[in-house]
Amino acid sequence: MSKLVGSILGSRWTKVAVFTLCLIPILRLARPLWMLATLGYSPELTANPIEYITHYTGTWTIRFLLITLCVTPFRKIFNQPKIVRYRRMLGLFAFFYVCLHFLTWFVLDKFFSFSEMWADILKRRYITVGMLGFAMLLPLAVTSTAGWVRRLGFQKWQRLHRLIYFAALAGVIHYYWLVKSDVRLPLMYGAILAVLMLYRFFLWKQAPPKRAPVAGSAPATTPSTASLPD
Amino acid sequence: MLIRKPADLRNSDVTPKPLYVNRRSFLTGSVALGALGALAGTARAGKIEDFKKTSYNAGDEKVTPLEAITHYNNFYEFGTDKEDPSKNATNFRTSPWTLKVEGAVAKPLTFDHDSLMKIAPLEERIYRHRCVEAWSIVVPWIGFPLSALLKQAEPTSKAKYVAFESYYDPKQMPLARWGGIAFPYVEGLRLDEAMHPLTLLAVGLYGDPLPNQDGAPIRLVVPWKYGFKSAKSLVKIRLVEKQPPTTWNLSAPNEYGFYSNVNPQVDHPRWSQAKERRLGELFKRNTLMFNGYSEVASLYAGMDLRKNF
Repeated sequence: MSKLVGSILGSRWTKVAVFTLCLIPILRLARPLWMLATLGYSPELTANPIEYITHYTGTWTIRFLLITLCVTPFRKIFNQPKIVRYRRMLGLFAFFYVCLHFLTWFVLDKFFSFSEMWADILKRRYITVGMLGFAMLLPLAVTSTAGWVRRLGFQKWQRLHRLIYFAALAGVIHYYWLVKSDVRLPLMYGAILAVLMLYRFFLWKQAPPKRAPVAGSAPATTPSTASLPD
Repeated sequence: MLIRKPADLRNSDVTPKPLYVNRRSFLTGSVALGALGALAGTARAGKIEDFKKTSYNAGDEKVTPLEAITHYNNFYEFGTDKEDPSKNATNFRTSPWTLKVEGAVAKPLTFDHDSLMKIAPLEERIYRHRCVEAWSIVVPWIGFPLSALLKQAEPTSKAKYVAFESYYDPKQMPLARWGGIAFPYVEGLRLDEAMHPLTLLAVGLYGDPLPNQDGAPIRLVVPWKYGFKSAKSLVKIRLVEKQPPTTWNLSAPNEYGFYSNVNPQVDHPRWSQAKERRLGELFKRNTLMFNGYSEVASLYAGMDLRKNF
């Protein structure tokens, strides 16, 4: 069973399939957007399409961040090293959706006004923390290539990429501060994040890394822990 | 996760989309479709026959399409998503209904469902409606001034404020428990605000009785205040001596004041109130002081509106 999962995860076609799956949220907007453009109204996008799209891309950003954070627990619990092949792609999809989220806000809400954007970032705490999360994802996207792992060295690269924990936390707080009174969804995402982080915390408590493993010399139980997430 | 209930077949399911999305401009532009238009007209039951047009026309601003007014609602008793009330209020029972006017009045009054339409002569008023969430619509309400009702009840000298209470039934409104605010929904106005000629009790919109999701069978409309002040589905109007509690103020007193007048200079603590998005428009427009109803300014002469937000 575990071998079968491993070979499925190792297949090139699975990667293509996962990539396609990750595109579904954006593809699902195509038809309603076309309807909006031609008829001037699309029930799926509600009477306030800009707000709908802003919330929609924001929600998918948080979801992809959490999915990305599931990769390591999945790998360790089910002993499936090959899942790591998907981590970069999932993280980059989180970045893709946060870019759409940011652009919707910057273009359609702020109308390209940098001064208004800065004023909001400084004044509105939910925007401050949201932008902080976005800013943290930027270096992660830039250094996501194999070349950058080599340039930084795996240890440094790995430490840098722990920023995703804080980016996800920023995303959840951003959401929580935005809603008026029904905090169920932000709390749900917060709870999922808490579980994922507690798992990491207990692992770290059990085996505090004296020295972070160097590329290629990971513990035997998880052979490719430190291999490049190709 | 959102669990969607299958809806009954609605008019919109059997009517071609462009027809009901923008019925008016579509019909005036196509004479050939006159027959279809007549059909669409008869399909909507219970039209309000007798109401007079007024000069309240929101400065000739474009009226928001019915589809938006009925599918983008804040009515937390029926769910907190904007489309929730249109789905979950379909079976809301508004008959029988009882509206009571009580408290510091010489003549307490009680109205049932049918008498709500006959409290005072009905008129159509096109008002701007500005939500505290920085979106806005223009609604052709049908109703009568609240003052007409209050005069019938004859407020005593003790009446300084008017408290409003919305209907609440956890059985009919099971989603209310997730709203994050207390129910029944309560609101309040100062007596002079309540008596102002702009303050309306609405029983219809777009020529029809109020759709359930818009606050059937009778609701308050205070066009110079943020939308949440205009309580829906009223069951009680009580004249009182002291400032009554109001739902959103109880929930977050630093964010929602008792007055909650539309004011572009006083921001919500978490977002700006300087601009708003008119539903149907791409970019935001400037928000007007008192939502453009400057005639109410005298009600607040000498008051610090930053403190009394």
